[in-house]
Amino acid sequence: MFLSENYRKIALEGIWNNNIVFSQNLALCPLLAVTGTATNGLGMGLATLVVITASNGLISLCRHLIPADCRIPIFVLLIATLVTLVDFLMNAWAHELYKVLGLFIALIVTNCALLGRAESFAYKQPVKESLWDGFMMGMGFLLVLVALGAAREISASGTLFANASVLLGESFKFLEVTIIDDYHGFLLMALPPGGFIMLAFIIVGKRLIDSALANRKVPVQTVVAVVEE
Amino acid sequence: MKLTPAHREKIAALLAYLNRWLAPDHLATLRPKLAFQTGILAGFSLIASVLLGVTNCTTQDSIQQRLDEDLKSSLAEVVPANLYDNDLLQDTVIIPSAKYNIGSAQTLVYKAKKAGEVTAVAFKFTAPDGYSGAIDMIIGIDRDGKILGVRVLSHKETPGLGDKIELAKSPWILSFNGFSLDNLSPEKWAVKKDGGQFDQFAGATITPRKSVQATQRSLQLFQDEKDTFLK
Repeated sequence: MFLSENYRKIALEGIWNNNIVFSQNLALCPLLAVTGTATNGLGMGLATLVVITASNGLISLCRHLIPADCRIPIFVLLIATLVTLVDFLMNAWAHELYKVLGLFIALIVTNCALLGRAESFAYKQPVKESLWDGFMMGMGFLLVLVALGAAREISASGTLFANASVLLGESFKFLEVTIIDDYHGFLLMALPPGGFIMLAFIIVGKRLIDSALANRKVPVQTVVAVVEE
Repeated sequence: MKLTPAHREKIAALLAYLNRWLAPDHLATLRPKLAFQTGILAGFSLIASVLLGVTNCTTQDSIQQRLDEDLKSSLAEVVPANLYDNDLLQDTVIIPSAKYNIGSAQTLVYKAKKAGEVTAVAFKFTAPDGYSGAIDMIIGIDRDGKILGVRVLSHKETPGLGDKIELAKSPWILSFNGFSLDNLSPEKWAVKKDGGQFDQFAGATITPRKSVQATQRSLQLFQDEKDTFLK
Protein backbone atom coordinates (compact mmCIF):
# COMPACT_ATOMS: atom_id res chain seq x y z
CA MET A 1 0.00 0.00 0.00
CA PHE A 2 1.19 3.51 -0.76
CA LEU A 3 0.50 4.92 2.71
CA SER A 4 2.98 4.33 5.47
CA GLU A 5 1.85 2.78 8.76
CA ASN A 6 1.68 6.19 10.46
CA TYR A 7 -0.46 7.84 7.78
CA ARG A 8 -2.79 4.86 7.68
CA LYS A 9 -3.23 5.11 11.44
CA ILE A 10 -4.03 8.85 11.21
CA ALA A 11 -6.59 8.14 8.49
CA LEU A 12 -8.29 5.40 10.49
CA GLU A 13 -8.33 7.60 13.61
CA GLY A 14 -9.94 10.48 11.72
CA ILE A 15 -12.60 8.51 9.91
CA TRP A 16 -13.55 5.95 12.52
CA ASN A 17 -11.70 5.34 15.80
CA ASN A 18 -11.37 8.94 16.95
CA ASN A 19 -14.08 10.47 14.76
CA ILE A 20 -14.89 14.08 15.70
CA VAL A 21 -18.54 13.30 16.35
CA PHE A 22 -18.56 9.64 17.37
CA SER A 23 -15.63 9.60 19.76
CA GLN A 24 -14.73 13.19 20.59
CA ASN A 25 -18.38 14.33 20.72
CA LEU A 26 -17.30 17.71 19.38
CA ALA A 27 -18.89 19.98 16.77
CA LEU A 28 -22.42 18.98 17.74
CA CYS A 29 -23.78 22.52 17.30
CA PRO A 30 -23.03 22.88 13.57
CA LEU A 31 -23.79 19.18 13.15
CA LEU A 32 -27.34 19.39 14.45
CA ALA A 33 -27.98 22.83 12.99
CA VAL A 34 -27.43 21.98 9.34
CA THR A 35 -28.21 18.31 8.86
CA GLY A 36 -31.86 18.79 7.95
CA THR A 37 -31.01 17.51 4.48
CA ALA A 38 -28.13 15.49 3.05
CA THR A 39 -27.22 18.36 0.72
CA ASN A 40 -26.79 20.80 3.59
CA GLY A 41 -24.71 18.22 5.43
CA LEU A 42 -22.51 17.83 2.38
CA GLY A 43 -22.08 21.60 2.05
CA MET A 44 -21.12 22.06 5.68
CA GLY A 45 -18.84 19.01 5.47
CA LEU A 46 -16.95 20.30 2.44
CA ALA A 47 -16.51 23.77 3.93
CA THR A 48 -15.26 22.33 7.21
CA LEU A 49 -12.94 19.90 5.43
CA VAL A 50 -11.15 22.74 3.65
CA VAL A 51 -10.86 24.96 6.71
CA ILE A 52 -9.76 22.25 9.16
CA THR A 53 -7.05 21.05 6.75
CA ALA A 54 -5.79 24.60 6.25
CA SER A 55 -5.90 25.46 9.95
CA ASN A 56 -4.06 22.29 10.91
CA GLY A 57 -1.36 23.00 8.32
CA LEU A 58 -1.00 26.63 9.35
CA ILE A 59 -0.77 25.89 13.06
CA SER A 60 1.72 23.10 12.52
CA LEU A 61 3.83 25.44 10.39
CA CYS A 62 3.91 28.04 13.18
CA ARG A 63 4.12 25.57 16.06
CA HIS A 64 7.71 26.43 17.07
CA LEU A 65 6.78 30.10 17.24
CA ILE A 66 3.80 29.58 19.53
CA PRO A 67 4.60 29.52 23.28
CA ALA A 68 2.57 26.98 25.24
CA ASP A 69 1.38 29.66 27.66
CA CYS A 70 -0.49 31.68 25.08
CA ARG A 71 -1.27 29.03 22.46
CA ILE A 72 -5.07 29.08 22.81
CA PRO A 73 -5.55 32.78 21.89
CA ILE A 74 -3.19 32.30 18.96
CA PHE A 75 -5.08 29.22 17.74
CA VAL A 76 -8.38 31.07 18.00
CA LEU A 77 -6.92 34.07 16.19
CA LEU A 78 -5.53 31.94 13.36
CA ILE A 79 -8.72 29.93 12.91
CA ALA A 80 -10.97 32.99 13.01
CA THR A 81 -8.75 34.83 10.51
CA LEU A 82 -8.75 31.85 8.17
CA VAL A 83 -12.52 31.46 8.30
CA THR A 84 -13.08 35.16 7.72
CA LEU A 85 -10.69 35.18 4.76
CA VAL A 86 -12.49 32.23 3.18
CA ASP A 87 -15.78 34.02 3.82
CA PHE A 88 -14.63 37.24 2.08
CA LEU A 89 -13.01 35.51 -0.87
CA MET A 90 -15.91 33.18 -1.51
CA ASN A 91 -18.43 36.00 -1.25
CA ALA A 92 -16.51 37.99 -3.84
CA TRP A 93 -15.46 35.32 -6.32
CA ALA A 94 -17.80 32.38 -5.88
CA HIS A 95 -20.97 34.21 -5.02
CA GLU A 96 -23.43 31.55 -6.21
CA LEU A 97 -21.71 28.95 -4.07
CA TYR A 98 -21.50 31.46 -1.24
CA LYS A 99 -25.26 31.95 -1.25
CA VAL A 100 -25.61 28.24 -0.49
CA LEU A 101 -22.53 27.70 1.70
CA GLY A 102 -22.19 31.16 3.23
CA LEU A 103 -24.27 30.27 6.24
CA PHE A 104 -22.01 27.29 6.96
CA ILE A 105 -18.72 29.17 6.60
CA ALA A 106 -19.53 31.54 9.44
CA LEU A 107 -20.64 28.58 11.57
CA ILE A 108 -17.21 26.96 11.25
CA VAL A 109 -15.78 29.48 13.74
CA THR A 110 -18.00 27.90 16.38
CA ASN A 111 -16.65 24.45 15.52
CA CYS A 112 -14.56 23.45 18.51
CA ALA A 113 -13.23 20.46 16.59
CA LEU A 114 -10.79 22.78 14.82
CA LEU A 115 -9.39 24.02 18.12
CA GLY A 116 -9.33 20.43 19.34
CA ARG A 117 -7.21 19.24 16.42
CA ALA A 118 -4.91 22.26 16.71
CA GLU A 119 -4.35 21.54 20.38
CA SER A 120 -4.03 17.77 20.31
CA PHE A 121 -2.37 17.19 16.95
CA ALA A 122 -1.13 20.10 14.84
CA TYR A 123 0.71 21.77 17.72
CA LYS A 124 2.90 18.68 18.20
CA GLN A 125 3.29 17.20 14.72
CA PRO A 126 5.06 18.08 11.46
CA VAL A 127 3.19 19.92 8.71
CA LYS A 128 2.54 16.97 6.38
CA GLU A 129 1.10 14.78 9.12
CA SER A 130 -1.02 17.68 10.36
CA LEU A 131 -2.45 18.39 6.92
CA TRP A 132 -3.29 14.72 6.53
CA ASP A 133 -4.85 14.59 10.00
CA GLY A 134 -6.96 17.68 9.26
CA PHE A 135 -8.08 16.20 5.96
CA MET A 136 -9.00 12.86 7.49
CA MET A 137 -10.75 14.41 10.51
CA GLY A 138 -12.64 16.57 8.02
CA MET A 139 -13.56 13.51 5.97
CA GLY A 140 -14.81 11.74 9.09
CA PHE A 141 -16.93 14.77 9.96
CA LEU A 142 -18.22 15.03 6.39
CA LEU A 143 -19.28 11.39 6.36
CA VAL A 144 -21.20 11.77 9.62
CA LEU A 145 -22.87 14.96 8.36
CA VAL A 146 -23.97 13.32 5.13
CA ALA A 147 -25.12 10.14 6.89
CA LEU A 148 -27.10 12.09 9.48
CA GLY A 149 -28.48 14.49 6.86
CA ALA A 150 -29.54 11.59 4.63
CA ALA A 151 -31.19 9.70 7.50
CA ARG A 152 -33.09 12.80 8.65
CA GLU A 153 -34.08 13.81 5.14
CA ILE A 154 -35.40 10.38 4.21
CA SER A 155 -37.40 10.06 7.40
CA ALA A 156 -38.65 13.66 7.34
CA SER A 157 -39.63 14.10 3.71
CA GLY A 158 -38.84 10.89 1.82
CA THR A 159 -36.27 12.49 -0.48
CA LEU A 160 -32.49 12.29 -0.67
CA PHE A 161 -30.06 15.04 -1.73
CA ALA A 162 -32.88 17.46 -2.61
CA ASN A 163 -31.46 20.64 -4.22
CA ALA A 164 -28.02 19.04 -4.64
CA SER A 165 -27.80 20.68 -8.08
CA VAL A 166 -27.93 24.13 -6.45
CA LEU A 167 -24.83 23.27 -4.42
CA LEU A 168 -22.81 21.19 -6.88
CA GLY A 169 -24.07 22.32 -10.29
CA GLU A 170 -26.60 20.94 -12.76
CA SER A 171 -24.52 17.87 -13.59
CA PHE A 172 -25.22 16.51 -10.10
CA LYS A 173 -28.97 16.53 -10.61
CA PHE A 174 -28.90 12.69 -10.70
CA LEU A 175 -28.20 12.71 -6.94
CA GLU A 176 -31.67 14.07 -6.25
CA VAL A 177 -33.91 11.10 -5.71
CA THR A 178 -37.26 10.50 -4.08
CA ILE A 179 -36.89 7.44 -1.89
CA ILE A 180 -40.47 7.15 -0.69
CA ASP A 181 -43.18 8.25 -3.13
CA ASP A 182 -46.23 10.02 -1.80
CA TYR A 183 -44.69 10.33 1.67
CA HIS A 184 -46.63 12.54 4.03
CA GLY A 185 -43.63 13.72 5.96
CA PHE A 186 -42.48 13.32 9.53
CA LEU A 187 -41.77 16.86 10.67
CA LEU A 188 -40.03 15.91 13.93
CA MET A 189 -37.01 14.59 12.07
CA ALA A 190 -36.48 17.91 10.26
CA LEU A 191 -36.50 19.80 13.57
CA PRO A 192 -33.60 19.89 16.07
CA PRO A 193 -34.98 17.12 18.35
CA GLY A 194 -35.02 14.81 15.33
CA GLY A 195 -31.33 15.56 14.87
CA PHE A 196 -30.55 14.43 18.42
CA ILE A 197 -32.67 11.30 18.08
CA MET A 198 -31.13 10.28 14.76
CA LEU A 199 -27.61 11.03 15.99
CA ALA A 200 -28.21 8.75 18.96
CA PHE A 201 -29.26 5.93 16.62
CA ILE A 202 -26.19 6.43 14.45
CA ILE A 203 -23.84 6.43 17.46
CA VAL A 204 -25.49 3.26 18.78
CA GLY A 205 -24.91 1.69 15.36
CA LYS A 206 -21.23 2.65 15.46
CA ARG A 207 -20.80 1.22 18.96
CA LEU A 208 -22.49 -2.04 17.89
CA ILE A 209 -20.11 -2.39 14.95
CA ASP A 210 -17.14 -1.65 17.23
CA SER A 211 -18.12 -4.28 19.77
CA ALA A 212 -18.81 -6.82 17.00
CA LEU A 213 -15.33 -6.13 15.62
CA ALA A 214 -13.75 -6.45 19.08
CA ASN A 215 -15.39 -9.85 19.55
CA ARG A 216 -13.75 -11.30 16.48
CA LYS A 217 -10.49 -9.46 16.91
CA VAL A 218 -8.24 -12.41 16.07
CA PRO A 219 -9.59 -13.08 12.55
CA VAL A 220 -9.49 -9.34 11.75
CA GLN A 221 -5.79 -9.18 12.57
CA THR A 222 -5.02 -12.09 10.27
CA VAL A 223 -6.81 -10.31 7.44
CA VAL A 224 -4.78 -7.14 8.05
CA ALA A 225 -1.56 -9.13 8.04
CA VAL A 226 -2.43 -10.66 4.67
CA VAL A 227 -3.18 -7.26 3.17
CA GLU A 228 0.13 -5.88 4.39
CA GLU A 229 2.10 -8.57 2.65
CA MET B 1 18.61 48.16 -9.93
CA LYS B 2 21.35 45.60 -10.26
CA LEU B 3 22.50 43.59 -7.28
CA THR B 4 26.15 44.12 -6.46
CA PRO B 5 28.10 41.34 -4.71
CA ALA B 6 27.98 43.45 -1.52
CA HIS B 7 24.18 43.46 -1.63
CA ARG B 8 24.07 39.75 -2.24
CA GLU B 9 26.28 39.18 0.77
CA LYS B 10 24.04 41.28 2.97
CA ILE B 11 20.93 39.41 1.84
CA ALA B 12 22.65 36.06 2.38
CA ALA B 13 23.71 37.14 5.88
CA LEU B 14 20.19 38.28 6.67
CA LEU B 15 18.71 35.00 5.45
CA ALA B 16 21.23 33.03 7.45
CA TYR B 17 20.38 35.05 10.54
CA LEU B 18 16.66 34.50 9.98
CA ASN B 19 17.31 30.80 9.50
CA ARG B 20 19.20 30.59 12.77
CA TRP B 21 16.54 32.61 14.57
CA LEU B 22 13.71 30.44 13.26
CA ALA B 23 15.50 27.17 14.07
CA PRO B 24 13.35 25.08 16.46
CA ASP B 25 16.15 24.93 19.06
CA HIS B 26 16.56 28.69 19.17
CA LEU B 27 12.80 29.28 19.33
CA ALA B 28 12.59 26.78 22.18
CA THR B 29 14.86 29.00 24.26
CA LEU B 30 12.76 32.07 23.40
CA ARG B 31 9.33 30.61 24.10
CA PRO B 32 9.40 30.78 27.93
CA LYS B 33 10.30 34.49 27.85
CA LEU B 34 7.46 36.87 28.65
CA ALA B 35 8.67 39.47 26.16
CA PHE B 36 8.67 36.89 23.37
CA GLN B 37 5.17 35.73 24.28
CA THR B 38 3.83 39.27 24.24
CA GLY B 39 5.63 40.04 21.02
CA ILE B 40 4.47 36.92 19.23
CA LEU B 41 0.83 37.46 20.23
CA ALA B 42 1.06 41.05 19.02
CA GLY B 43 2.80 39.87 15.86
CA PHE B 44 0.14 37.32 15.01
CA SER B 45 -2.60 39.88 15.71
CA LEU B 46 -0.87 42.42 13.49
CA ILE B 47 -0.49 39.97 10.60
CA ALA B 48 -4.10 38.85 11.00
CA SER B 49 -5.38 42.45 11.00
CA VAL B 50 -3.32 43.39 7.96
CA LEU B 51 -4.46 40.30 6.05
CA LEU B 52 -8.11 40.87 6.91
CA GLY B 53 -7.88 44.57 6.17
CA VAL B 54 -6.27 44.04 2.78
CA THR B 55 -8.73 41.29 1.84
CA ASN B 56 -11.66 43.39 2.95
CA CYS B 57 -10.51 46.34 0.84
CA THR B 58 -9.83 44.25 -2.25
CA THR B 59 -13.06 42.28 -2.09
CA GLN B 60 -15.59 44.83 -0.88
CA ASP B 61 -16.26 46.33 -4.32
CA SER B 62 -16.94 43.01 -5.90
CA ILE B 63 -18.99 41.85 -2.91
CA GLN B 64 -21.07 45.04 -3.17
CA GLN B 65 -21.51 44.35 -6.88
CA ARG B 66 -22.74 40.81 -6.15
CA LEU B 67 -25.16 42.12 -3.52
CA ASP B 68 -26.47 44.70 -5.98
CA GLU B 69 -27.02 41.95 -8.54
CA ASP B 70 -28.93 39.93 -5.94
CA LEU B 71 -31.04 42.97 -5.07
CA LYS B 72 -31.71 43.68 -8.74
CA SER B 73 -32.90 40.16 -9.34
CA SER B 74 -35.25 40.37 -6.33
CA LEU B 75 -36.54 43.72 -7.58
CA ALA B 76 -37.09 42.23 -11.04
CA GLU B 77 -39.33 39.62 -9.39
CA VAL B 78 -41.75 42.23 -8.05
CA VAL B 79 -41.56 44.98 -10.68
CA PRO B 80 -41.97 43.88 -14.32
CA ALA B 81 -39.13 45.10 -16.53
CA ASN B 82 -41.48 46.83 -19.02
CA LEU B 83 -42.54 49.34 -16.36
CA TYR B 84 -39.25 51.19 -16.09
CA ASP B 85 -36.24 52.48 -18.00
CA ASN B 86 -34.19 53.82 -15.06
CA ASP B 87 -31.76 52.23 -12.62
CA LEU B 88 -33.87 51.29 -9.61
CA LEU B 89 -30.88 51.14 -7.30
CA GLN B 90 -30.01 54.78 -8.02
CA ASP B 91 -33.53 56.22 -7.80
CA THR B 92 -34.37 55.84 -4.13
CA VAL B 93 -36.07 57.74 -1.35
CA ILE B 94 -36.04 57.08 2.39
CA ILE B 95 -39.40 57.16 4.12
CA PRO B 96 -39.95 57.04 7.89
CA SER B 97 -41.96 53.91 8.68
CA ALA B 98 -41.60 53.44 12.44
CA LYS B 99 -45.34 53.42 13.20
CA TYR B 100 -46.13 50.77 10.58
CA ASN B 101 -44.29 47.94 12.38
CA ILE B 102 -42.64 46.64 9.22
CA GLY B 103 -39.23 45.96 10.66
CA SER B 104 -37.31 49.20 10.45
CA ALA B 105 -37.85 52.82 11.40
CA GLN B 106 -36.90 53.93 7.89
CA THR B 107 -37.70 52.23 4.64
CA LEU B 108 -35.57 52.58 1.53
CA VAL B 109 -37.90 52.79 -1.47
CA TYR B 110 -36.79 51.99 -5.03
CA LYS B 111 -38.66 53.97 -7.68
CA ALA B 112 -39.40 52.54 -11.10
CA LYS B 113 -39.70 55.37 -13.63
CA LYS B 114 -40.61 55.45 -17.28
CA ALA B 115 -39.82 58.68 -19.15
CA GLY B 116 -39.27 60.40 -15.78
CA GLU B 117 -42.69 59.43 -14.43
CA VAL B 118 -42.93 57.07 -11.43
CA THR B 119 -44.77 53.95 -12.60
CA ALA B 120 -44.19 51.69 -9.60
CA VAL B 121 -42.27 51.45 -6.34
CA ALA B 122 -40.62 48.58 -4.54
CA PHE B 123 -39.31 48.22 -1.02
CA LYS B 124 -38.26 45.61 1.47
CA PHE B 125 -40.35 45.08 4.57
CA THR B 126 -40.45 42.66 7.44
CA ALA B 127 -43.13 40.78 9.28
CA PRO B 128 -41.40 40.97 12.70
CA ASP B 129 -43.77 38.48 14.31
CA GLY B 130 -43.55 35.30 12.22
CA TYR B 131 -43.95 31.90 13.85
CA SER B 132 -40.21 31.61 14.51
CA GLY B 133 -38.79 35.06 13.97
CA ALA B 134 -38.85 37.79 11.38
CA ILE B 135 -39.96 37.16 7.80
CA ASP B 136 -38.14 39.44 5.35
CA MET B 137 -40.10 40.28 2.23
CA ILE B 138 -40.06 42.61 -0.75
CA ILE B 139 -43.08 44.21 -2.38
CA GLY B 140 -43.74 45.94 -5.69
CA ILE B 141 -46.69 48.37 -5.88
CA ASP B 142 -47.95 50.20 -8.99
CA ARG B 143 -48.92 53.87 -8.86
CA ASP B 144 -52.56 53.05 -8.17
CA GLY B 145 -51.63 51.11 -5.05
CA LYS B 146 -52.13 47.65 -6.57
CA ILE B 147 -49.68 44.91 -5.66
CA LEU B 148 -47.44 43.88 -8.56
CA GLY B 149 -45.76 41.15 -6.58
CA VAL B 150 -44.60 40.07 -3.15
CA ARG B 151 -41.69 37.71 -2.47
CA VAL B 152 -40.10 36.30 0.66
CA LEU B 153 -36.38 37.05 0.88
CA SER B 154 -35.55 35.14 4.05
CA HIS B 155 -37.38 33.50 6.91
CA LYS B 156 -36.98 30.89 9.63
CA GLU B 157 -40.45 29.33 9.43
CA THR B 158 -40.98 25.60 9.91
CA PRO B 159 -39.70 23.55 6.96
CA GLY B 160 -42.53 21.68 5.29
CA LEU B 161 -45.27 23.82 6.84
CA GLY B 162 -44.61 27.55 7.10
CA ASP B 163 -42.10 27.61 4.27
CA LYS B 164 -44.93 27.48 1.72
CA ILE B 165 -44.66 31.28 1.70
CA GLU B 166 -41.63 30.76 -0.59
CA LEU B 167 -42.47 30.76 -4.27
CA ALA B 168 -40.18 27.74 -4.72
CA LYS B 169 -42.43 25.70 -2.42
CA SER B 170 -45.90 26.95 -3.25
CA PRO B 171 -47.59 29.58 -5.50
CA TRP B 172 -49.41 31.01 -2.44
CA ILE B 173 -47.44 34.28 -2.44
CA LEU B 174 -48.82 35.07 -5.93
CA SER B 175 -52.33 35.37 -4.46
CA PHE B 176 -51.47 38.94 -3.39
CA ASN B 177 -51.09 40.10 -6.99
CA GLY B 178 -53.56 42.76 -8.11
CA PHE B 179 -55.00 43.50 -4.67
CA SER B 180 -54.91 46.95 -3.11
CA LEU B 181 -56.41 48.65 -0.08
CA ASP B 182 -59.12 50.01 -2.40
CA ASN B 183 -60.29 46.80 -4.02
CA LEU B 184 -60.14 44.65 -0.89
CA SER B 185 -61.80 45.84 2.32
CA PRO B 186 -59.71 45.93 5.51
CA GLU B 187 -61.43 42.92 7.10
CA LYS B 188 -60.69 40.86 3.98
CA TRP B 189 -56.92 41.45 4.47
CA ALA B 190 -56.67 38.28 6.54
CA VAL B 191 -56.43 34.52 6.13
CA LYS B 192 -59.66 32.59 5.45
CA LYS B 193 -59.72 31.25 9.01
CA ASP B 194 -60.04 34.85 10.22
CA GLY B 195 -62.72 35.60 7.63
CA GLY B 196 -60.36 37.03 5.03
CA GLN B 197 -59.38 36.52 1.43
CA PHE B 198 -56.15 34.52 1.68
CA ASP B 199 -55.56 30.80 2.18
CA GLN B 200 -53.79 29.52 5.25
CA PHE B 201 -51.71 26.33 5.12
CA ALA B 202 -52.70 23.04 6.70
CA GLY B 203 -50.84 22.99 10.01
CA ALA B 204 -49.52 26.54 9.72
CA THR B 205 -51.79 29.53 10.20
CA ILE B 206 -49.51 32.00 11.95
CA THR B 207 -46.98 32.29 9.12
CA PRO B 208 -49.49 33.30 6.39
CA ARG B 209 -51.53 35.40 8.84
CA LYS B 210 -48.53 37.50 9.81
CA SER B 211 -47.38 37.74 6.18
CA VAL B 212 -50.80 39.05 5.12
CA GLN B 213 -50.89 41.56 7.98
CA ALA B 214 -47.40 42.89 7.24
CA THR B 215 -48.25 43.21 3.54
CA GLN B 216 -51.36 45.19 4.46
CA ARG B 217 -49.30 47.47 6.71
CA SER B 218 -46.81 48.16 3.95
CA LEU B 219 -49.68 49.05 1.57
CA GLN B 220 -50.91 51.41 4.28
CA LEU B 221 -47.48 53.06 4.30
CA PHE B 222 -47.72 53.53 0.53
CA GLN B 223 -51.21 55.00 0.76
CA ASP B 224 -50.33 57.42 3.58
CA GLU B 225 -47.11 58.61 1.98
CA LYS B 226 -48.30 58.37 -1.62
CA ASP B 227 -47.11 61.86 -2.50
CA THR B 228 -43.54 61.18 -1.38
CA PHE B 229 -43.55 57.81 -3.11
CA LEU B 230 -44.70 59.16 -6.46
CA LYS B 231 -42.75 62.42 -6.46
